[in-house]
Amino acid sequence: MAATLPASHYDKDEMQRSDPLGQPPSTRRSAPWADTVFSLLAHGAAILTLLLLAGIIVSLVIGAAPAIREYGLSFLWRSEWDPVKDQYGGLVMIYGTLATSAIALLIAVPVSFGIALFLTELSPNWLRRPLGVAIELLAAVPSIVYGMWGLLVFSPVLSQYVQQPLQAAFGNVPVVKSLVSGAPVGIGILSAGIILAIMIIPFIAAVMRDVFEVTPAMLKESAYGLGSTTWEVVFRVVLPYTKTGVIGGIMLGLGRALGETMAVTFVIGNANQLNGPSLFEAANSITSVLANEFAEAGEGLHQASLLYLALVLFFITFVVLSLSKMLLAQLKKGEGSRS
Amino acid sequence: MNTATNTMGAAIGPVEAGRLAKARSRRRVNAVALTLSMAAMAFGLFWLIWILVETFRLGIGGLTWSVLTEMTPAPQAEIGGLANAIYGSLVMVTLATLVGTPIGVLAGIYLAEYGQKTWLGSVTRFINDILLSAPSIVIGLFIYAVIVARFKTYSGYAGVLALALIVIPVVIRTTENMLSLIPHSLREAAYALGTPKWRVITSVTLKAARAGVMTGVLLAFARIAGETAPLLFTALSNQFWTSNLSGPMANLPVTIFKFAMSPYENWQKLAWAGVFLITLGVLALNIFARVMFRNKH
Repeated sequence: MAATLPASHYDKDEMQRSDPLGQPPSTRRSAPWADTVFSLLAHGAAILTLLLLAGIIVSLVIGAAPAIREYGLSFLWRSEWDPVKDQYGGLVMIYGTLATSAIALLIAVPVSFGIALFLTELSPNWLRRPLGVAIELLAAVPSIVYGMWGLLVFSPVLSQYVQQPLQAAFGNVPVVKSLVSGAPVGIGILSAGIILAIMIIPFIAAVMRDVFEVTPAMLKESAYGLGSTTWEVVFRVVLPYTKTGVIGGIMLGLGRALGETMAVTFVIGNANQLNGPSLFEAANSITSVLANEFAEAGEGLHQASLLYLALVLFFITFVVLSLSKMLLAQLKKGEGSRS
Repeated sequence: MNTATNTMGAAIGPVEAGRLAKARSRRRVNAVALTLSMAAMAFGLFWLIWILVETFRLGIGGLTWSVLTEMTPAPQAEIGGLANAIYGSLVMVTLATLVGTPIGVLAGIYLAEYGQKTWLGSVTRFINDILLSAPSIVIGLFIYAVIVARFKTYSGYAGVLALALIVIPVVIRTTENMLSLIPHSLREAAYALGTPKWRVITSVTLKAARAGVMTGVLLAFARIAGETAPLLFTALSNQFWTSNLSGPMANLPVTIFKFAMSPYENWQKLAWAGVFLITLGVLALNIFARVMFRNKH
């Protein structure tokens, strides 16, 4: 190739720069320190991320210190929350956070599995992308939109078509009665849980879809070749193969649900005592009590207790998200060794 | 199928009949499962459509020119808009993206080009993935403790910082992903020409990954445009037009929160108009980012 090029082309270009017979170029084109500076900047940015996490934890611990000194771990099972008497305990909010997230998972996991199954095995090719994007857009809708829609559109519907019929049907049945009692306005733990479910479906479905797609085609084809139905292939071949990834995805959704603030604040009803196990009872979650009370809380035990709650929340989400990350990493490693 | 005959017309034994029954029940289970899967898909789409339809219906009803030109009104006032809130949101979200993007891109470069296999790299990647899903209200509390409590005032700057901290993990994630898609041969070719590492990164790999990185920045912008929780205790809110970032600053999400929770009809109407604007903006950005990314690849 080179021989066919006219030599003159080289002569008049910047040939002197790298003349093989002469000296190396006297000046380097770039500053020699640039490499060091750039590398330092990149390292610095990475370390900044780590410092950010450390900063969050330290600032929460310092802020919560008065409440930690006052109550210790008993804060976690004290149910009294009374700013007037300056008495605080986190049980009601911790219960609210866990109960709403549990309801959310109960709904979101089977639905996400169905969506992932549809998108990987059933959907015609041309529909796959638009439907996938539509589900992803559910994750893009800001949580304040979910909140306002939940309070003003969804809760009245839930009250009219679910809560009131349930109360009419089970109003006299001893145990079930206490599960459906409450003012017929549709806000409370159940409606927060349902809205959280809608919000985390896209996250869980996206992970499930990704891990279903990494299942080797050969495995699936072997199962189909033996006469398995689509359901049997997914349930007995794909799901066992990807179970760590699926659990990782569920944990990711749980982490999201635990920390979601605005949507929950709108529909949970914001009550600081728990009157019963009813799904329609107004309650409070850690995030909603923070959103409602933190700006007004004076410095002192009230603010410290709120920060204690935030610390508990951060700890729980940290553990859940770490588990999710490790499970997903494990799947990736296994995939590498198998293929 | 009920008569015990096979396709040849001959009678079949009990073993064969049992096998057929088993096959029928397996097919039935399959049909039920696949129907449920389609129902799940429809369930997901149903919520998206319901939310969008209601938001558009109620939002367009409240949308007038005065929403864009008037300040946030007093309760039950005749006229009013969201001009100061929209302006405040635009300023804070833009500044936060400008602050967060360089840090995120640099850290993403570190993860993809310097520290793929070092312990600092794996720890940063791990922590970053957790920060990506960490509760955003905790970020707000952190900035409150570090900035607001120290300077004794809520401020637009605090809001900008809180939002920037949310931008960083998003940009790190996409930058790293996009850079690791760049083939090694490209880097090797540049090194072979004697290019120093920083030039290889800025002029070759980052340039090749430009579309993907830009997509990440756009998605981060869209994400923080709707974030409310981190602004509650940082920027707070403001009834008036202000471009002074060192005081409380109006912004769309917190204004919507305040107005939607109120019993006043004019406030609720404005809240719907605001929700409409945010939803439209965020979804448009999301779709635009996807289309842009797909066209470049």
